Amino acid sequence: MIASFLAGGLDRRLRICLAVVLAIGILLPLSNQLLPPSSAFHVPTWVLQLIGKYLCYALLAVAVDLVWGYCGILSLGHGAFFALGGYAMGMYLMRQIGNRGSYGNPLLPDFMVFLNYKQLPWFWHGFDQFWFAAVMVVLVPGLLALALGWFAFRSRVTGVYLSIITQAMTFALMLAFFRNDMGLGGNNGLTDFKDILGVSVQADGTRAALCFASALALAIGLVIAAAIAASRFGKALTAVRDAESRMRFLGYRVEGYKLFVFVLSAAMAGIAGALYVPQVGIINPSEFSPANSIEAVIWVAVGGRGTLVGPVIGAFAVNFAKTWLTGALPEIWLFALGALFVAVTLFLPRGIVGLWRQIVDRRGGST
Amino acid sequence: MNGARTTSALLYLDGVSVSFDGFKALNNLSLLVAPGEMRAIIGPNGAGKTTMMDVITGKTRPDSGEVIFDGSADLTKLDEASIATLGIGRKFQKPTVFENHTVLDNLLLALAGPRRWYELLLRRTSAAESARLQEIMVTVRLDALRDQPAGRLSHGQKQWLEIGMLLAQDPKLLLVDEPVAGMTDAETETTAELLRDINRTHSVVVVEHDMSFVRALGVRVTVLHEGSVLSEGTLDQVSADPRVVEVYLGR
Repeated sequence: MIASFLAGGLDRRLRICLAVVLAIGILLPLSNQLLPPSSAFHVPTWVLQLIGKYLCYALLAVAVDLVWGYCGILSLGHGAFFALGGYAMGMYLMRQIGNRGSYGNPLLPDFMVFLNYKQLPWFWHGFDQFWFAAVMVVLVPGLLALALGWFAFRSRVTGVYLSIITQAMTFALMLAFFRNDMGLGGNNGLTDFKDILGVSVQADGTRAALCFASALALAIGLVIAAAIAASRFGKALTAVRDAESRMRFLGYRVEGYKLFVFVLSAAMAGIAGALYVPQVGIINPSEFSPANSIEAVIWVAVGGRGTLVGPVIGAFAVNFAKTWLTGALPEIWLFALGALFVAVTLFLPRGIVGLWRQIVDRRGGST
Repeated sequence: MNGARTTSALLYLDGVSVSFDGFKALNNLSLLVAPGEMRAIIGPNGAGKTTMMDVITGKTRPDSGEVIFDGSADLTKLDEASIATLGIGRKFQKPTVFENHTVLDNLLLALAGPRRWYELLLRRTSAAESARLQEIMVTVRLDALRDQPAGRLSHGQKQWLEIGMLLAQDPKLLLVDEPVAGMTDAETETTAELLRDINRTHSVVVVEHDMSFVRALGVRVTVLHEGSVLSEGTLDQVSADPRVVEVYLGR
């Protein structure tokens, strides 16, 4: 039953996308590990790290698309769920440092020794266990989404008002995490990670494994999101997006639908953040910055909302452009991003995937 | 708090008043619809027809009065989804179908059955459900367009699709708001036929402006004016009522 549910969303476009994602996630790490650096096909570790990061962004974009593209909830706070997942992973990584920190304290991370903590804050307990951290990666963003969604959807807060609330949420969290009393490293965040699951986070082999894990997580996220979209639940979900009050008059409790996808999407964003942190080696409060959440929405808009494949393309395309431009012409990146968003809104309302459809349809129509 | 009230009428409205910023949309409105009955509601613009529909379906809360469905359910205390689940279906004045969904999916969404998110996640459409959907598509003459997005249908076809959705929902009571607005004469006739068909197994309340359509239905008529009932009877009886002539038909 579950298998047929998961297979339900696998149309041709998604199968191609999955094949590409998995090929990237398998071939790049393999070439990095097996081929000698002199080989023309050897992928250097920094590329692996970059692609791994993009794969995490793509998973975040899929999460945003699930709520925005399929349920019409424009969340401008998904960066918060991403960052919370990242912090949960960061706390695990901090505990793995043990007595190798600058102060050599076996229990307390460096920043706590520096801030004169006498003991580990209560919420740090359990994070020395990977399984515990992994549960928290999903649970913390999920519970926050549940609480926020419960009140917002029950009070029928929709549209721009909901967007503003989500934006305020991520901003409030950013301010909270900047405080040293928060017990999460203040504005320096969590960094100087050493080990993950007993192996060095810096090692090439670990980088390769993380890149593969990110591709796998993205593929699983895509399959689940597509299966949901293709199910009867998904049909009801898009109907809620298009005509919410009509669905109420048909007897649907639309709050349940919204809450389920919102929580699921937050958990997906949390997983993306958790995979992102060991690859970039740091998590700090700037990850909560409202601009990050808005960027994620732009990836989805550029790729094509409500298509799942589009957001993956959008996340890769925009971030390639960002990596290149911030290197070549750092001062124009934000202008370029703004211009891109305006151009997509005006000329490509259905994104890159929609443009592709238009071209195919036009070809088909003329012959 | 005089305990639960029971009535033999399917729909019972007593002394219902609603005002918006001082404007009395409904003023002490009382109305009874018997099980199996089809009732036509007529009245000039602003008479309170749509507000009455809103009160019955839970969209608007009345300031005072009682609204009882099926003998004992107090509709003033329930939300839209609960009222729909009790068995009241509504067709809006402007056709509101799900434009991005196919004809078939529109009917599937309306089809009586589980409505909760966790019930639909893994649910497959059964053979019995498919057969029922096919039957409805034939009834509303849309079986050839089953895979068309509803947004591409003509105005009349959208109205029929919405009637089909009501059939799929299989409510005890259908509230139909101006079903023939913007239809051609042939479409109007077909719609009257459709509603009479539906009335064999469902109670129906129709709000309509089109007199020839109301005549074709041949049912009891209630005339609303300024939020309350002005007159009630056959179309010929109410047409002969001088008060009705004055406020509505005479103009």
